[in-house]
Amino acid sequence: MPIALYRVDDRLIHGQVVVGWGQPLDLGFIVLVDDAVTESDWEQELYRLGVPPNMDVYFTSAADAAREIAKYASDSRMGMVLTGTVETMLELTRNSAIPISAVNIGGIHHRDDRTQKLRYVFLNEAEERCIREMAEIGVDVTAQDVPSAPSHPLKDLLGGDAG
Amino acid sequence: MDSGIAPRAIVAGHGALPDGLVSAVDQITGRGNALIPFSNTGLGREEIESGLRDLLALHGVKVVFTDLPGGSATLAARRVLHDTPGLMIVTGVSLAALMDFVFCAPDMPIEQAVARAVDRARSAIVSLVV
Repeated sequence: MPIALYRVDDRLIHGQVVVGWGQPLDLGFIVLVDDAVTESDWEQELYRLGVPPNMDVYFTSAADAAREIAKYASDSRMGMVLTGTVETMLELTRNSAIPISAVNIGGIHHRDDRTQKLRYVFLNEAEERCIREMAEIGVDVTAQDVPSAPSHPLKDLLGGDAG
Repeated sequence: MDSGIAPRAIVAGHGALPDGLVSAVDQITGRGNALIPFSNTGLGREEIESGLRDLLALHGVKVVFTDLPGGSATLAARRVLHDTPGLMIVTGVSLAALMDFVFCAPDMPIEQAVARAVDRARSAIVSLVV
């Protein structure tokens, strides 16, 4: 079954991911793509505690995820691929063994070097470049925090106005 | 709120829930000052964790009530717990739990106050069918 959602969310696994998207999509697993988490047993235990018993979490690096994405996409259950940064998602879209057609920007929160684009999306220049690059290679990049909220097109992310 | 009541716990969670719970506790008991609300709204992972650390240090409390067991506030609290001996986290916070907690005598050991609040909160969940 194709991956239901490729999401960028700097909180990684949390309520919006597990409940907000997990329940309507009937997610059976999450692939958490994060080099630091992949190297830390303690971090992995922390995130495992955040998901219900009927949902698996697989931890992988960006490089391994790009190679193994077809394996996840052939799973009979619905799945989500989750990264904490747009840089990681760009690396995945560039190198993925199967094409990634759409990416959901779910939450990138305030930091001093970032400018507000939407209520839940703040980007710095490097992150904007990553999103542009994803769009240039044919990825449909939109922002949407929860399924019931409006989906914002690319121009809302790169236009500079906070919505 | 009664300013003579010292803070005893942080209530952390999503949206306006922490403020709402503390407001409700204060409305019912007059002891809202025993609780410090902390919302994760608009905050990233690191900011939630640092916000919790700051509040714990500022108020000297050892208890964090959170809403969802897998929510970002709980995960941040668990990060703090990792290097904060004696910290206690209670997930699934409810008005019943908080009301019982704020009525615990100041000299009651905090572990006992937390255990009692959890028991009372569990027993407050009932299903009524007509």
